[in-house]
Amino acid sequence: MDLLYFARIRETIGCSSEKYNLPASVTTVGELMECLREKGTNYAAAFGDESLIRVAVNQTYVNFDHAISDGDEVAFFPPMTGG
Amino acid sequence: MKISVQAQDFNIGEEINALTRGRTDMGAVASFTGFVRDFHNGKSIHKMTLEHFPGMAEKQLGEIAKVAQGHWPLQGICIIHRFGPLLPGDQIVLVLTASAHRGAAFEAAQFIMDWLKTDAPFWKKEETSEGESWVAARSEDTHQKERWKKS
Repeated sequence: MDLLYFARIRETIGCSSEKYNLPASVTTVGELMECLREKGTNYAAAFGDESLIRVAVNQTYVNFDHAISDGDEVAFFPPMTGG
Repeated sequence: MKISVQAQDFNIGEEINALTRGRTDMGAVASFTGFVRDFHNGKSIHKMTLEHFPGMAEKQLGEIAKVAQGHWPLQGICIIHRFGPLLPGDQIVLVLTASAHRGAAFEAAQFIMDWLKTDAPFWKKEETSEGESWVAARSEDTHQKERWKKS
């Protein structure tokens, strides 16, 4: 799957996008975040405070319990501050 | 309906002309323009950079416009949002709403701005005398959006 990171999350992780092989046991956004936290201290920091994380799957906002599959594009970013 | 996410500046007069050209049924056009301020929380801002989610930003602005069209009898909508580096005084966002009467135009423009603040994927980073920092989302903005659900 394609992972995208924006704003503070992009900076904390140190990249804006990456390919990720979704383990078969991982079925939701929340479980994916658990896996990503284990990739390193930068990921653990980026995904530390869940109240400051928003998610879009295939460009649609979803909750952490949303189901995902390997062909999805999952974007993580902080609460929006446009306008 | 015009939706544009762009780096370049916009001209409000030209956009209003484009929206109303050839139309004789539009009784009202409401216009909102957001600018970069040079202060925030007591700090002075030298520069602001707007990051966005390409593709999804346009999609969300289009959806916000469609929701507004469902609530008010609008004859035209224009939403322009800029990204990239901006300086104090620069224009950030333009919302135009056209309707037969002013009430719908005013309300729809405010509705679009309130939704855009919390639902369009843009993020502001400020450069101040104390360094760079991401702007935190304001709970007040969420409240501004929520109030539309009550009516």
